[in-house]
Amino acid sequence: MTSSMEQLYQQVILDHAKHPHGRGLGVAPGGVASGESHQVNPTCGDEVTLQVDVDDAGVVRDVRWEGQGCSISQASVSVLHDLVVDQPVSTAGDLGATFRALMQTKGVGLDDEAAEDALGDANAFTGVGKFSARVKCALLGWVALNDALIKSGASADAPKENA
Amino acid sequence: MTSTIEATHTLSAGELSAIRADFPLLERTLRDGRALVYLDSGATSQKPDVVLDAEQDFYVQRNAAVHRGAHQLAEEATEAFEDARARVARFVGVDDDEIVWTSNATAAINLVAYAMSNATLGRGGEVARRFALAPGDEIVVTEAEHHANLVPWQELAARTGAVLRWVGVDDDGRIRVDQLDEVVGPRTRVIAFTHASNVTGAITPVAPFVAKAREVGALTVLDACQSVPHLPVDLHELGVDFAAFSGHKMLGPTGVGALYGRRDLLAAMPPVTTGGSMVEVVTMETTTYAPPPQRFEAGTQMVSQAVAMGAAATYLSDIGMEAIAEHERHLTRLLLDAVASVPGVRVIGPTDLADRLATVSFVVDGVHAHDVGQVLDDAGVAVRVGHHCAQPLHRRFGVAATARATAAVYTTDEEIEAFREALSGVRAFFGLEAPASNEGAA
Repeated sequence: MTSSMEQLYQQVILDHAKHPHGRGLGVAPGGVASGESHQVNPTCGDEVTLQVDVDDAGVVRDVRWEGQGCSISQASVSVLHDLVVDQPVSTAGDLGATFRALMQTKGVGLDDEAAEDALGDANAFTGVGKFSARVKCALLGWVALNDALIKSGASADAPKENA
Repeated sequence: MTSTIEATHTLSAGELSAIRADFPLLERTLRDGRALVYLDSGATSQKPDVVLDAEQDFYVQRNAAVHRGAHQLAEEATEAFEDARARVARFVGVDDDEIVWTSNATAAINLVAYAMSNATLGRGGEVARRFALAPGDEIVVTEAEHHANLVPWQELAARTGAVLRWVGVDDDGRIRVDQLDEVVGPRTRVIAFTHASNVTGAITPVAPFVAKAREVGALTVLDACQSVPHLPVDLHELGVDFAAFSGHKMLGPTGVGALYGRRDLLAAMPPVTTGGSMVEVVTMETTTYAPPPQRFEAGTQMVSQAVAMGAAATYLSDIGMEAIAEHERHLTRLLLDAVASVPGVRVIGPTDLADRLATVSFVVDGVHAHDVGQVLDDAGVAVRVGHHCAQPLHRRFGVAATARATAAVYTTDEEIEAFREALSGVRAFFGLEAPASNEGAA
């Protein structure tokens, strides 16, 4: 295997793909605003359905999802789940924006310590940016989260600073 | 490669290496200096020098507007354009004026569907009535279709009130010809079907479709995209009414394809795209239209690409489609053997050699097609991954995506061995245990 392959399929990604977190749709408990989004990558048929619950204080209480697709897309939703649950909606929006920015670095990384700290396991996807055909896979869950947050009423529009 | 190869045998090693030398792209290397193993010709083929040169030569030597102008360049350009039409017509066994240039095969199929729409609206007069659909009329397709030969018919049905029906496929991915009697009926007006599946590689027996269509007075539309580059195809002999194929899958350039239409049908069919170059007399009130094929070629045509598609047809004919088909039958066996030798890999499509192309789609247990493609790519092996524009067929097999290896005239045994080697490492890469019988494991 070449180094770009090792960079693409980091162990963190393979682990999340094999044992995904937050998988399984359900019914939102009372007292939260909930939104659901179904996203498809039309080039490969990968799909994810994601539900998000937001409480009165604007905190993401839960993310549940179901999907089928490649290891990159599935692992990315699993990592997303770990990152945004129990975070304020604004932080979730910021994380999405940072992750999008990471995907545009062509595998180089953001060179920003604060961003790297915030992204945690999601830094493992840095190498995906080298493979332009796979960036969409990594973003599928984040697009679904963004849309689900809008539908929940917790987020007015596309990700921006302090949404 | 300039000499004609005897069409009675498969390609010798020398002939194959001479052919490969005609394709400059096959020489290039990929990331980390890896050799390219191109097994994605089903998506698009590579182009030989003669095709590239034909396009360049047109612009360098003959570029002018075709079918107008009295100057020498215009004459030469028109001759090159029409000569290409004749080459393509000969290549598929039809007459020159039965070939309409289109931008691709999808456009060719849409042309027929929209002409039928226009006829339904009364355009084209009495002679075009045979193309008109009434609510309750039926359009028949198959479950094996590429979206290009499905969606235009869904849309035509929606526009006209016709009903879309379809013939299924069996567990081997072969079209259920036995269902024709049940699906095709007196209201059937069109039967659109693929000559060879771009997923399973199965070749459709055309005769029963044509016979059934004639029995009920329906038109036949053949998607010949996958067959024309790999098999000898004689559309007159097949007896279909229309056929669509693209340049870029048969060693030609992108941006050009062809619609074959039986002469009497094209003559009766109303135009679809209207404007310049397709008219006879235009007044402020009304217009009369040119005879086919010009009637269906409005606006400036893709002349250089058409010329290059003609060069591709000649290149393939010079090698000989029989020899190409024989070479690819051999490659089909190697591809099927390669896939069968790797545990945990399942073919979607026939696993016998009868009536199939060197198009082998497969799933690797526990590994998504995208990830399979990525590991193969790391070894320089280019395959297609996804649903290959045939979602219903994938749904029929309960999978969302497959990986697909396709061979062409320039594919070698060594490339298929490289594919087999790379494929044998896929499950191990993703931490799935390799069964003990895994002889092919790297």
